[in-house]
Amino acid sequence: MASHPATFSTGQSPAAAVDALNVADDAQTIGALPDDVVMETVNLNVFYGDFHAVHDVNLSFGKNEITAMIGPSGCGKSTVLRCLNRMNDLVPSARVEGSINYHGQNIYAPKVDPIAVREHIGMVFQKPNPFPKSIYDNIAYGPRVIGMKVDNMDDVVEEALRGAALWDEVKDKLKQSAYGLSGGQQQRLCIARTIATKPDVILMDEPCSALDPIATSKVEDLMLQMRKDYTIIVVTHNMQQAARVSDRTAFFTARPDETTGNRTGLLVEFDRTKDIFANPHDPRTEAYISGRFG
Amino acid sequence: MSVLTEPGPPPGVGPAPVLTGKSRPGEAVIKVLLVVATTTSVLVTAGILLAVLEPALEFFRRESIGEFLSFDTNKQFSALPLVVGTGLTTVIALSVAIPIGLGAAMYLSEYASKRARKWLKPTVELLAGVPSVVYGFFAVFFVIPVVLRDWLGIPVSAYNSLGAGLVLGVMIIPTIASLSEDALSAVPLALRQGSFAMGANRMQTTLRVVFPAALSGIAAAVVLGMSRAVGETMIVLMAGGSIKSTSADITQGHETMTGVIARTALGESPVESTEYKYLFAVALLLFIITFVMNMISIAIVRRFRQAY
Repeated sequence: MASHPATFSTGQSPAAAVDALNVADDAQTIGALPDDVVMETVNLNVFYGDFHAVHDVNLSFGKNEITAMIGPSGCGKSTVLRCLNRMNDLVPSARVEGSINYHGQNIYAPKVDPIAVREHIGMVFQKPNPFPKSIYDNIAYGPRVIGMKVDNMDDVVEEALRGAALWDEVKDKLKQSAYGLSGGQQQRLCIARTIATKPDVILMDEPCSALDPIATSKVEDLMLQMRKDYTIIVVTHNMQQAARVSDRTAFFTARPDETTGNRTGLLVEFDRTKDIFANPHDPRTEAYISGRFG
Repeated sequence: MSVLTEPGPPPGVGPAPVLTGKSRPGEAVIKVLLVVATTTSVLVTAGILLAVLEPALEFFRRESIGEFLSFDTNKQFSALPLVVGTGLTTVIALSVAIPIGLGAAMYLSEYASKRARKWLKPTVELLAGVPSVVYGFFAVFFVIPVVLRDWLGIPVSAYNSLGAGLVLGVMIIPTIASLSEDALSAVPLALRQGSFAMGANRMQTTLRVVFPAALSGIAAAVVLGMSRAVGETMIVLMAGGSIKSTSADITQGHETMTGVIARTALGESPVESTEYKYLFAVALLLFIITFVMNMISIAIVRRFRQAY
């Protein structure tokens, strides 16, 4: 990025780093892309009413890989994630331009049913949100609502709970309320609930931000185990987490509009995680991952 | 002998901050006022109960409980035909108000746009402000002769439980709709998002996640609506008829508990007469029935609710 106007040196003040980061700059560094692409965004722009939330994001998500999306608050990473299974449809003012291709089909094409999209692309949220039902019914909910053909629901529940490394902890209290579980167990229950319908892609929106370090490491171990069966896309505030679990990392930042002051999110750099952390090309990425900003 | 120097205060530390209590007389006054407000409502309830209990017991000294708890419509002081009358109008009212009220609540909370809800909910609530005498008038001069007889061709008497029950149902729709809507809207958005993310559609999300989570509030709304239907007087007095009947024929009139109380209390009966005491016995029965219904519904909610 020789053309980049801002330069960083160690010892630069954080405030100066932020100023440099706010420089309007569309420069993107796209490194090695996955071979087997499950999903990709093409010139993705997201608006909430007149507010331009995300500008021209092009990303590819590889099969059986964990892709992390990192960046400071307001950089649009969660917005992008919520577009990937059309959860943003629930926000009345949200509008999407560009396309998101899932196995080659644009999920924003007019004929596509968002409910069908979500059967294949599941989601785990920031705060554990189990239903106020029993542990068993939480898992059985997805297979029931999508009308999955199930020989024995008990087996589906056990398999999902085993898949989320929760079975041994809850096998004797399946009929008890999910609200009796700890926060970390609730989040793994939400992961179990998601895999019960056998999705293809799992989106995770800061899945550990409400958890303590021990629960976090359990969820991270789980993500690494799940990688062999699923494609995972995770938004995280925690750079160490991105470095620990992900295969590829996308770094976003926010650019303020000169007239309105609204901050529009944009993709800065996308590459293999080890390359991004060891050898970031863009100075903004370097500033962020070295902890001088964000 | 070594000289120990007295350790002085550490540098930079001033005099100790004052932590002793300040007197706040205003707090005490406010607390007293709030306690008075609470005890007033409790005492008034207890007072009413006592005032009802004393003449009711006097009634049972004069007449047997067997006479009171009898279905015989020829006995002057039988009460169970009145329970049948109240029961019929209440069941008709609830079978109108529960589906319409809950349907309206689900639409307003889960389907309507913000703008539509902003206008529709106050409009629904407006219906709750209509005085019940207007509903009674509406039953006698429109619902019974025009809707039931002319439009639907049902051969109803001039005063009947069907007409009274239907209008009673219309009256309690806003209670059930508005309170249920509050309960549904209070369910966290995160639960709906979780359901949509599983591939559920809006109806599944509403019925299987939001509705069970809001059940205790919805049950409270239905119980309140039911209590209003049981206790409502004007509509059944005007449109429900004044003949004791144990027949299940809702096209005929049935005297109700509130109806008999209102009619007896209009001043025809001398204060010391048994008819007058009978009124209090019926009121006590009404109170007990409402109380038991409340208890049953609380138990049902405990059993089925899904607390979030």
